[in-house]
Amino acid sequence: MDAILLQILNGLDKGSAYALIALGLTLIFGTLGVVNFAHGALFMIGAFCAVTLSKILNASYEVIDETKADFLGNPLKVKLTYVESWFGPETGAAIIDWAVPLAILFSIPIMIAIGFIMERGLIKHFYKRPHADQILVTFGLAIVLQEVIKAIYGANPIPTGAPAVFRGSFDFGVLLGYEANAIIYPYWRMVYFAFSALIIGGVFAFLQFTTFGMVVRAGMADRETVELLGINIDRRFTIMFGVAAAVAGLAGVMYAPINSPNYHMGMDFLVLSFVVVVVGGMGSLPGAVLAGFMLGILESFASMNEVKNIFPGIDQIIIYLVAIIIILTRPRGLMGRKGVMED
Amino acid sequence: MSNSKFTRRGLLKTSTLAGAGLALPTIFTGASAHAFTNDPTGGSVTLGFNVPQTGPYADEGADELRAYELAVEHLNGGGDGGMMNTFSSKALDGTGILGKKVEYVTGDTQTKSDAARASAKSMIEKDGAIMITGGSSSGVAVAVQGLCQEAGVIFMAGLTHSNDTTGKDKKANGFRHFFNGYMSGAALAPVLESLYGKDRNAYHLTADYTWGWTQEESIKASTEALGWNTVNAVRTPLAATDFSSYIAPVLNSGADVLVLNHYGGNMVNSLTNAVQFGLRDKQVNGKNFEIVVPLYSRLMAKGAGENVKGIHGSTNWHWSLQDEASKAFVKSFGTKYGFPPSQAAHTVYCQTLLYADAVTRAGSFAPCAVAEALEGFEFDGLGNGATLYRAEDHQCFKDVLVVRGKENPTSEFDLLEVVEVTPAAQVTYPADHPMFAGGSLGSCNNGA
Amino acid sequence: MLGLNKKDTTLLIIVAFMALCAPFILNPFPEGSSMAQMFNAGYPDLMQRFVIFGILVIGFNILFGLTGYLSFGHAAFLGIGSYSAVWMFKLIGMNVIPAILLSMVVSGVFALLIGYVSLRRSGIYFSILTLAFAQMCYNLAYSVLGNPASSYNLTNGETGLQLSLNDPRILDGAASSEGSLPVTNFFGVAMRDSVQLEIGSWLFTFNAGYYLCALIMLISFYVSIRIFRSPFGLMLRAVKSNQQRMNYTGLNTKPYTLAAFVISGIYAGLAGGLLSSMDPLAGAERMHWTASGEIVIMAILGGVGTLIGPIVGAGFNEYFKNILSKINDSVLHQWLSFLPDGLEDAIVGVLHFFVGKGWHLSLGVLFMVVIIFLPGGLVEGGQRVSRLFRRNKTSDDADNASHSTPAE
Repeated sequence: MDAILLQILNGLDKGSAYALIALGLTLIFGTLGVVNFAHGALFMIGAFCAVTLSKILNASYEVIDETKADFLGNPLKVKLTYVESWFGPETGAAIIDWAVPLAILFSIPIMIAIGFIMERGLIKHFYKRPHADQILVTFGLAIVLQEVIKAIYGANPIPTGAPAVFRGSFDFGVLLGYEANAIIYPYWRMVYFAFSALIIGGVFAFLQFTTFGMVVRAGMADRETVELLGINIDRRFTIMFGVAAAVAGLAGVMYAPINSPNYHMGMDFLVLSFVVVVVGGMGSLPGAVLAGFMLGILESFASMNEVKNIFPGIDQIIIYLVAIIIILTRPRGLMGRKGVMED
Repeated sequence: MSNSKFTRRGLLKTSTLAGAGLALPTIFTGASAHAFTNDPTGGSVTLGFNVPQTGPYADEGADELRAYELAVEHLNGGGDGGMMNTFSSKALDGTGILGKKVEYVTGDTQTKSDAARASAKSMIEKDGAIMITGGSSSGVAVAVQGLCQEAGVIFMAGLTHSNDTTGKDKKANGFRHFFNGYMSGAALAPVLESLYGKDRNAYHLTADYTWGWTQEESIKASTEALGWNTVNAVRTPLAATDFSSYIAPVLNSGADVLVLNHYGGNMVNSLTNAVQFGLRDKQVNGKNFEIVVPLYSRLMAKGAGENVKGIHGSTNWHWSLQDEASKAFVKSFGTKYGFPPSQAAHTVYCQTLLYADAVTRAGSFAPCAVAEALEGFEFDGLGNGATLYRAEDHQCFKDVLVVRGKENPTSEFDLLEVVEVTPAAQVTYPADHPMFAGGSLGSCNNGA
Repeated sequence: MLGLNKKDTTLLIIVAFMALCAPFILNPFPEGSSMAQMFNAGYPDLMQRFVIFGILVIGFNILFGLTGYLSFGHAAFLGIGSYSAVWMFKLIGMNVIPAILLSMVVSGVFALLIGYVSLRRSGIYFSILTLAFAQMCYNLAYSVLGNPASSYNLTNGETGLQLSLNDPRILDGAASSEGSLPVTNFFGVAMRDSVQLEIGSWLFTFNAGYYLCALIMLISFYVSIRIFRSPFGLMLRAVKSNQQRMNYTGLNTKPYTLAAFVISGIYAGLAGGLLSSMDPLAGAERMHWTASGEIVIMAILGGVGTLIGPIVGAGFNEYFKNILSKINDSVLHQWLSFLPDGLEDAIVGVLHFFVGKGWHLSLGVLFMVVIIFLPGGLVEGGQRVSRLFRRNKTSDDADNASHSTPAE
């Protein structure tokens, strides 16, 4: 039982990342009708916003320390950060420590700007083109974006830690009456889950309770009628593209402490998040979120030793297997609408 | 690549009746006019450096490429000579190899067997490379080694740690300087015993592919010989990025040591996750919970950041070694590029020098002659102490380093510290050891 | 000729001529020149890849170009074909014919199964189903089915399935356990045998394996023309333009689409079998989703639904992949050595990001440029150019000039 609870926690956490990326993908697809293969790259760029901010905060000047030697035997150059010298060592260290949460603020304008540029500069021209062309051009863009990041930051992962207060893990087991160490869970992963729940809730509330959101939803359902009413739906959809980019970016920022960001992390998530979107049903926001959490939890269960002993290798294929079963039993995924992307 | 207009085929031109392209071509099958594949006929010889330039190991590949360029520079008499000055064999004199200027071509393995073979093939077929070297994974090494055997060129393996490279998949034309999974186990076991005692329960997480399996086997064997118990060995998908669901059950399994048979991005993520879960702060069975990473590299340590502090593992070589050869190498590499070399850079530099030296001693580029010169070759002065290139399996036997993530690094390169230099004798195994059984070298192939 | 109309016959002859003369066409620079080092593509391995990937994409085009079903898992059949062929070499013997036949049969069977299930859905749901099947094949081949220690080691995991000295090879007789591995052959003609021809300072290589692949490619190309022009092909196009209407007329389209799927799966298996015949090692990466994506990219780069497009797309992709990844800084310096030093360094500094380790970037940019500006792929580009010339020659028969016949 404790093992199952533990894997549900893990699954919720994995699912959060899937759900956030799938949510953004579906937003773009539902509003603009574009299949965005560059969405994983946006997630990756988000994570690198965190890396960049922490690099900026760690910007330093060199002081030569004669007492120590570097690897060539020359006097060692000790690096001192500007932040620490400006704010004093303690405040400075605290600011650097909180780089990732600070990067949330830093990344939102960047991601929205990237989203606008992408939509206005490239994707706009592809609304009338076949989906295959959209997929390919955004895939090309994804390659270009990740290669640019690689050219700047290299191929090696870059460690980006969570603030010190969130390191370590919490023992749920004791709380629930199990023995110590039975169910432990890292603080930062709990933060990640809470954060993504907040974002998902925020996006839904925005669409549900604001006039802007209402217009966007109306546009998703029937674009032409909304346009006939004299509403500039294109502009709103562009803004939604920016929002979707920001959602992916934020998912990436907060993911940075979980696994050190590297330039190909977007591609690693891309295919899985597409499977999530399709399992959820093309164009359905609740479907995307539901499928994200469901596949996350199933993936965690499949990696349990008890399961793996019965079905060797099941953890490698579970997501695809479930996707096949669901698409075959429910023709349009969990909550998809009829006629969307079926031709 | 240089400005020289000579290539291996350059001289063929002269042998052709230069009848302005008239129909009197010289036709020959294969390269039968030569004694062996890609016999260098001009004033230069071409080596093929096949390293991962894209994909997760691109940084390691880039470091290998730097070392190759340095080695070529030294072989051609440029720079300060690096380890050529400390190398025990004095056959090399800085005039290229056998008087021929060393040129090179580069390719991208993408860390995929297929792509690596295609790249190596193009070097052999198009550029006339006489030797292929490089790579940063065992799958690629084994695949390219097989190709070189068939094509009749020498393969000097780069970073490959699987037992299979010189075990089940060994080839007469292939040579490995890097150490292997068995040696990691043999070197680590005594250190682990003195640190953590004889009574431990180990939990293995193993990357689910060839290298992971051989390393798991090796480490299990050597720790179980200490008296450790293996609680469980779980395979993780190579494509996995989040290891939380594999790490979460570890604590509750009764294990008090976690062995991560992961490399590259897998290792960075699994170690980061393990530390995140707070495993290292826990007490199990009344002992501190420990994590071991049997194969370490500085680039990986850099990726994992603070998480490596205090974690033990083994490595082929480290720049902080204080012998003359290592110091010479670090100096010439560091002067040229501004940072110390990685173990991958070291091993490929050594391989290039060893190849050049073997050719010089053999007096011929013919693969069989080179192989003969390398087999059983004993040398020193390349940073690992006295080393033997064993004839039976083409594996180098040398000291292995046990390292630990440094608690207080002084710079971004100063991440590991050497705990112990395990002498070669302790990691030597018989050529017919069961972990290496099942293959045979075959006979060397000159190609053509 | 051969039941083709005049235009198709011309096209077939042009392709046959190009394939025959590829060793000349691809080696335009004299041996030993610095241009030759990088831009010559007339060496056996790359020439083989051109035609083999040509076959693969021709087959993919039968499915995607005619029916509009976008399979995102086609690489699985390539991989399955490769594995089957290598197993044939290991168990039966080194002749390539049984290996190629088996790879076609096995991948055909897999295509039938996967197609039968996947074709129950259309659009992106179909794409994701094929992707899911292919990724399952890849993941299993990489790990569970590839563990040398297990009794069901079908794929040899990461290293890839390869020959070993102690394989049974029933027909050839087990080769001596000492010595070298036997080579793949076509009734005694080794696939790697080449004849080299020198004319002046040019050197041309004629490789046995290449010509076998080229011959098979021509046959596949011919079959594909026949399919495009047949009533069956017409039916597939009808499926693409409006499947619902087809169903309303009381016609069951599924057997047609399934047949197209299986045919294109067999083409992919054939390509896989040929890859293994040229180089007997089958790696799991061949089945990865990026490999499937590459097939789609090649098809769209060339021009979907056109006859010649697949070959153009495959050639373009393979050529740039091979050439760009091999250029390094010292090569760049050599090319640009005529420039003043400062300028040379600056240009090399910029180009540095696009070659060698940056070849993905160049390829990504190239894809985007082609897709943005040439919606019909490179074939459309060719048509535009030829139309331009036509206009100058005041000919109104622009249609004949094109190398291709769009499906729609």
